[in-house]
Amino acid sequence: MTIWRRLQAHALFWPLTTLALLLAINAVFNPGFMHLQWRDGHLYGNLIDILNRASPLILVSLGMTMVIATRGIDISVGAVVAISAAIAALMIGGKLIINDGVPVYESRFPMPLAIAAALAVALACGLWNGLLVARIGMQPIIATLILMVAGRGVAQLITGGQIITVYYKPYFVLGNGYLLGLPVALYIAAAVFAVLALAVHRTALGLFVQAIGINPVAARLAGVRERAITVCVYGFCGFTAGVAGLLVSSNVKSADGNNAGQLMELDAILAVTLGGTLLSGGRFSLAGSVVGALIIQTLTSTIYSIGVPPEINLVVKAAVVFVVMLMQSAEFRRTVRGWVFRPAATASTGSAAGSV
Amino acid sequence: MNAQVQPLPAAATAAPRKRRLLGAAHVPLATTIALFVAMGAFGSLSYTGFFSAQVFLNLLIDNAFLCIVAVGMTFVILSGGIDLSVGSVVALTTMVCAALVEHHHWSAAIVIPLVLAGGMAFGALMGVLIQRFRLQPFIVTLAGMFLARGLCYLISIDSISITDPFFTAVAQARLPVWGEEVSITVSALLALGLVAVAVFMAHGTQWGRTVYAIGGNEHSAVLMGLPVARTTVLVYAFSGFCSALGGVVFSFYMLSGYGLHAMGLELDAIAAVVIGGTLLTGGVGYVIGTLFGVLILGVIQTLISFDGTLSSWWTRIVIGTLLLVFCLLQRLMEARRR
Amino acid sequence: MSDSPAAEPLLQITGLHKRFLGVQALQGVDLRLFAGEVHALMGQNGAGKSTLIKVLTGVHPADQGEMRLAGHAIAPETPLDAQRLGISTVYQEVNLCPNLSVAENIYAGRYPRRGAAGAWRIDWPRMHTQASELLARLNLDIDVTQLLSSHSVAVQQMVAIARALSTRSQVLILDEPTSSLDDDEVKRLFAVLRQLRADGLAILFVTHFLDQVYAISDRITVLRNGALVGEYLAADLSPRALVSAMVGREFEASLDGAGHIVNARASAAPDPQVPPVLQTRGLGRRNHLQPIDLQLHAGEVMGVGGLLGSGRTELARLLFGLDRADAGEMSLGGQTVHLQSPTQAIRHGIALCPEDRKVEAIVAELSLRENIVLALQSRMGLWRFMAVRKQAEIAQRFITALGIKTADMDTPIGQLSGGNQQKAILARWLATEPTLLILDEPTRGIDVAAKQEIMNQIVALARGGMAVLFISSEMDEVVRVSERITVLRDRRKVGELPAGSDESSVYRLIAAGSA
Repeated sequence: MTIWRRLQAHALFWPLTTLALLLAINAVFNPGFMHLQWRDGHLYGNLIDILNRASPLILVSLGMTMVIATRGIDISVGAVVAISAAIAALMIGGKLIINDGVPVYESRFPMPLAIAAALAVALACGLWNGLLVARIGMQPIIATLILMVAGRGVAQLITGGQIITVYYKPYFVLGNGYLLGLPVALYIAAAVFAVLALAVHRTALGLFVQAIGINPVAARLAGVRERAITVCVYGFCGFTAGVAGLLVSSNVKSADGNNAGQLMELDAILAVTLGGTLLSGGRFSLAGSVVGALIIQTLTSTIYSIGVPPEINLVVKAAVVFVVMLMQSAEFRRTVRGWVFRPAATASTGSAAGSV
Repeated sequence: MNAQVQPLPAAATAAPRKRRLLGAAHVPLATTIALFVAMGAFGSLSYTGFFSAQVFLNLLIDNAFLCIVAVGMTFVILSGGIDLSVGSVVALTTMVCAALVEHHHWSAAIVIPLVLAGGMAFGALMGVLIQRFRLQPFIVTLAGMFLARGLCYLISIDSISITDPFFTAVAQARLPVWGEEVSITVSALLALGLVAVAVFMAHGTQWGRTVYAIGGNEHSAVLMGLPVARTTVLVYAFSGFCSALGGVVFSFYMLSGYGLHAMGLELDAIAAVVIGGTLLTGGVGYVIGTLFGVLILGVIQTLISFDGTLSSWWTRIVIGTLLLVFCLLQRLMEARRR
Repeated sequence: MSDSPAAEPLLQITGLHKRFLGVQALQGVDLRLFAGEVHALMGQNGAGKSTLIKVLTGVHPADQGEMRLAGHAIAPETPLDAQRLGISTVYQEVNLCPNLSVAENIYAGRYPRRGAAGAWRIDWPRMHTQASELLARLNLDIDVTQLLSSHSVAVQQMVAIARALSTRSQVLILDEPTSSLDDDEVKRLFAVLRQLRADGLAILFVTHFLDQVYAISDRITVLRNGALVGEYLAADLSPRALVSAMVGREFEASLDGAGHIVNARASAAPDPQVPPVLQTRGLGRRNHLQPIDLQLHAGEVMGVGGLLGSGRTELARLLFGLDRADAGEMSLGGQTVHLQSPTQAIRHGIALCPEDRKVEAIVAELSLRENIVLALQSRMGLWRFMAVRKQAEIAQRFITALGIKTADMDTPIGQLSGGNQQKAILARWLATEPTLLILDEPTRGIDVAAKQEIMNQIVALARGGMAVLFISSEMDEVVRVSERITVLRDRRKVGELPAGSDESSVYRLIAAGSA
């Protein structure tokens, strides 16, 4: 009994169980779901697909986790994804030139420069949010709302209202390439996760971020450089959105100022909450957010494989949010326990030992 | 009770407050109105044909649905919460209206009250979850947003055109304001009527004042014995009602039901409320401010379309910038007060 | 004075039991409240005072027990219930809405209405008139249309009392109403309470302050560890007996012991060769603190005495870099510094144990261990992170040294009692091994036994060479422990008193206004 209880108490228990459940449902409806093949020099299968598509969301969720842990929120990540994708696509594009009689695509600017520019702008967007929150003292939701509203306009401005197609082959590696059988995108997400996890556990960053999220005044009085850390956290969030933008535009080989990253902020917040981090800030779980992102991606795939119209996706997401939110609510658990245990309580005499 | 009193120490008087024409709470509202007037003046000076009654009324006509939705949003934000589902409920309402009227041939007299009740119920459900289980409004209304959009698509992926005579009649109706040239639509009148009702509710009813109290300090409101639970649920129910009414008006405007309608409307509504002088933290703000916020958003659109050279996405950038300016102003005032 | 013993109590509580968060917060508590009396409720932290109040006011239901109001059994289930029954409460934090006007705060929930067509409209003019009249009864003349937040805490409390009166309450409960008031405001409040008592109200008054209890109350009920110790007439209970009842033992000896320690140290003179740990010359901040000169040497305890609002916390904030000085300079160990943030102050070896620990110090969900090492880690920076084992080592050292009672250092600190929390915060700062330790109200809101332990710690630290700046509104503590007392009044220093001074000399200096 105690092993079960200890297992249940583990932070990742519910997220992993949910994920396992979803995978199981998939396997039931789609016998070939778990099937992995080796094709074209890499692993091939639904699972690989999920991992590949989930990578941008994993990245954004990691950034979002840190922001939420400091009691903030960043709803501009979708817009930043679009901006980053737009810059990279614009700077790379792809001119068709004939090289010794062979048509080859060349990028407008060197690819590393384009990538650096996109990431720099994304980082700048994040830092902008951080400054508004930490130095000006704006509420995070309104500070990031501004960029969310204006950012789409900016992305549209960059793309000139068009969808920019990228033709430059080397760029596709980011979103479509494979390394040692697994998608490059996954490696990128894993690398960012590893660096962040190291920073959180091997430096005082984790302790400071949690302190800021739980009691910012006390953190400041204890000497925590609360403003600097907050700005950096938002900057990091913008940065991860930038990387995600690169992956997305590389994957679909284009950049759409209007639709890229649409609703991604909501998916990211959902992933973070599914992973067990509370929206009110404080203790957080990076691994939980990764699992949360995988859950959301698996959800989309599950819906496809069941054969249900994809629009259900939204309804299902809503249901999942409701369930998780209710589970996280202490009030709800108390009410349910009240329903379940009340018959027993009235039977016993004496004080109602409220299991609070 | 008698006021028989032993010699008390000198009567406590707070430092006499200067009777200012513009109380601290009124400055944001004054700024909003001033901005609206300034923008209107700028437009009138820069473009011919801008300064006309019809152009002004068009602000209301084209944004009637936004105004209605924003009124509901005002109360939610005043209570310290937020409602992200409004755009989706608008879309869902248009879809339900279209489906019932076109495919099932129900009469508008049944459909419209039905969707209004539905919107109210939807809002009330979210309100119950928020209040009873202490869930965060952001996440609950986010889920509501997903749900409503999803339900839209469940009804139909493609848009459904509305050809019902009642709807088309209302859509085309033009009520003359004065003379033949200047007219207003039913929707705009509905919006103005709702604003008037809302102003009354905010200042003349217990419910409205409790909303302000909750936004100021919810814990205190509970301890003061105010009906916080009931008020919170009603706030979201009212917002749901306004979203549904906005949806009905939107379906007059677009004469179709579509899942992609009103995307991002919640952001515009929030922007209108903030620009109208309501604090996002709650407890401070006026409904009339929201009306001006909506008008300002409308003026921006009009200015850009009059200009003709700027692409439509500049609207987003300008709105974002305005939001920034207003929020900075709010912060400045808060800092100075302290 | 209270009614004759033959009269029936207005409010009678018998055998109240309440279990709360796994702890028996109240066991078999009785309370009698008579009309036309002020009844003080006293006890240490954890005695059950706030639980009792919460049950009385309908915030929590009792598990067992009976409450009778004017003979009828009552069981309020919500604050509104309690209000309707005639029991009103004024809390320490004045739970009103700062964004509403004064009149609205008084009448919220019970607005006067304008009848007729238009039915439920709120009648604003009538509300304003009635509010003004009500406040006039309390001898308060303010603009009732102004926002509540534009008034001081003392005025806000009066508004809360006015609200209680407007509901025609029979019972008025005041939960630690004087914590944020200065002496004048306390006098005004007590005058109002006496008037209300004369009008026949039953007043229950919860407080920590011994002299206030004797100034205003007729009867005293003492709780200890959730149980009733006794109900006494104030005239019959000596302060010594009162404190014994609260603490549960005679503690004269320890008090005298502390007195001896101070006398023994007073003779040690500071070494003139070594520059003072802290020296300020004309350090000040406009509207916060007038330019002040201070000098503090290693091993000294300097008390800062003054009334509430005299600038003590402002001084602490300036010294710690929380507020920026705009006049004068500060030097540490002979070197001039300009502190711009707590981070800098910590790096220079200054520590501040803040006044409001709940808001300014306690990081509730983090463990005791993490709370203790937080400041030290901040000083070490982001990169030099202490491993969990090292953290545990440091934390254990202080847990033992300060006697923090907890089963496990990984318990979230929010679950510890007030006294243990305060000790933990003290541990946090001691872990940084500061040269200057500033303590702002370190014994507020904690029980007498823990207070004593902390006072002993302060003396021991000074003996070990630390310079301590001790700010407290409990003047008896300040005079007992300090070698010198800086006296503040109205945001400026009015003088300095040597060791051995008693409380009355401090107050005389404050009254005189200048050295």
